Amino acid sequence: MGLLRKIRETGRVAEAAPPAPAGDVLASAREFGGSVQVRCVDAGSCNGCEIEIAGAFNPVYDAERYGARLVASPRHADVALVTGPVTRNMAEPLRRTVAAMGEPRLVVAVGDCALSCGEFAGGYGVEGSVGDVVPVNLEVPGCPPRPEEIVAALRRVTGR
Amino acid sequence: MSGVGYVAVAGQVAVVAAGGPLLAGWMRQVRARMEGRVGAGVLQPWRDMRKLLRKEPITPVGTGPALRIAPALVVATVAVAAALVPLLSTDTPISDRADLILVVALIALGTLALALAGLDSGTAFGGMGASREMTVAALVEPTILLSVFALSIPAGSTNLPAIVSGTVHDPARLASPAGLLATAALAVAVLAETGRIPVDNPSTHLELTMIHEAMVLEYAGPDLALVELGAQMRLTLLLGLLASLFAPWGIATSASWAALAVALALFTLKVAVLGAVLAAAEVFWAKLRLFRVPELLAGSFLLALLAVIVSYFLSSES
Repeated sequence: MGLLRKIRETGRVAEAAPPAPAGDVLASAREFGGSVQVRCVDAGSCNGCEIEIAGAFNPVYDAERYGARLVASPRHADVALVTGPVTRNMAEPLRRTVAAMGEPRLVVAVGDCALSCGEFAGGYGVEGSVGDVVPVNLEVPGCPPRPEEIVAALRRVTGR
Repeated sequence: MSGVGYVAVAGQVAVVAAGGPLLAGWMRQVRARMEGRVGAGVLQPWRDMRKLLRKEPITPVGTGPALRIAPALVVATVAVAAALVPLLSTDTPISDRADLILVVALIALGTLALALAGLDSGTAFGGMGASREMTVAALVEPTILLSVFALSIPAGSTNLPAIVSGTVHDPARLASPAGLLATAALAVAVLAETGRIPVDNPSTHLELTMIHEAMVLEYAGPDLALVELGAQMRLTLLLGLLASLFAPWGIATSASWAALAVALALFTLKVAVLGAVLAAAEVFWAKLRLFRVPELLAGSFLLALLAVIVSYFLSSES
């Protein structure tokens, strides 16, 4: 009963939807028609971006209302959300993950490390940026990017 | 007569097939609202389905026929069961064949096909999910059989339409101890059979806690669409069966168009209410630890067994 009262008192915590993000819906995303399954791949990140991705799917930002949903298998996924500089050990798993996804598929690189290796550039365990390993369709800069920016990128993919 | 009857059968299959994704969307929406979210909308599962049908089909390397046949078999068994179970009307051309044991066997066939596909996918999680699913199924199928059997004793038949129309004419059967025990047992069995909390979590991302999701990890594109449609249809069918057995009012017992229209409206309402209650309950519950699941299911089996015993003694008194 305590939980029920809490639910009633709290009501809706999701913030009002911001206007549709700048930039067109990606051409390859048009086929998704408002439904995108997302698979997160941590290719060597410090977990800062992961916290912000979790934030983007929490009740406040609620990325699910735009039709994006996190899934457990790359076979179910349309979008790979890749974070971190790609370490030597994660380069092959990342290639395989992207290869396991059915066409049409998109790769979204999240965070400065994914785009340019950031703080870890030149490290002995770093293979390169995400773009060096798999083709990247959309980039979300920031260290770490804010949840709004991740949600805006996902909205450009879902078109909602 | 037969015209209305055939329409009723086709209507049942169509309602379950079209309504399954809508029910899933409705339940996600109820859950989202209770969590303070906005939610993706009731139509989201249909959008998922449309998108999945446009994606390329994938046959993973090293998999055999079981993986390819299972999605179609799951949907087909649920569709046949939906035609048989009295959801809208008890007076259909095939109502003589709607036997309880046949319906449970059809549902079990779908479960078995998916478990074989999980083994065939050749991944560690597929095999693990299949083994767990069969453990749960072995405990759930007898419960479903027994709890409906408790209701079949007063009706004197294991024919589902006969049980339902008997209850419509004599509602006192439901208020009996046997009826109440059987309701509780079947409700738990339906939760387990459809892979909902507290037995399984349909939105989990943790492979180690998965049951149903672990078996379908290798499916992609149109096959995945069929698997998801099958799971959603099965939830609709079993909630509809629960509604027909324990709140049968409004179901068409004669072949008339007006009765069928009323039955359709009331069926939609009943399943929507049941779905909302289930979604709300899921917000309050946590998933049970896997080793505790057999205890829950054994408890529900015990309730069903008690229901049969009570039903037998009470009916022999009168």
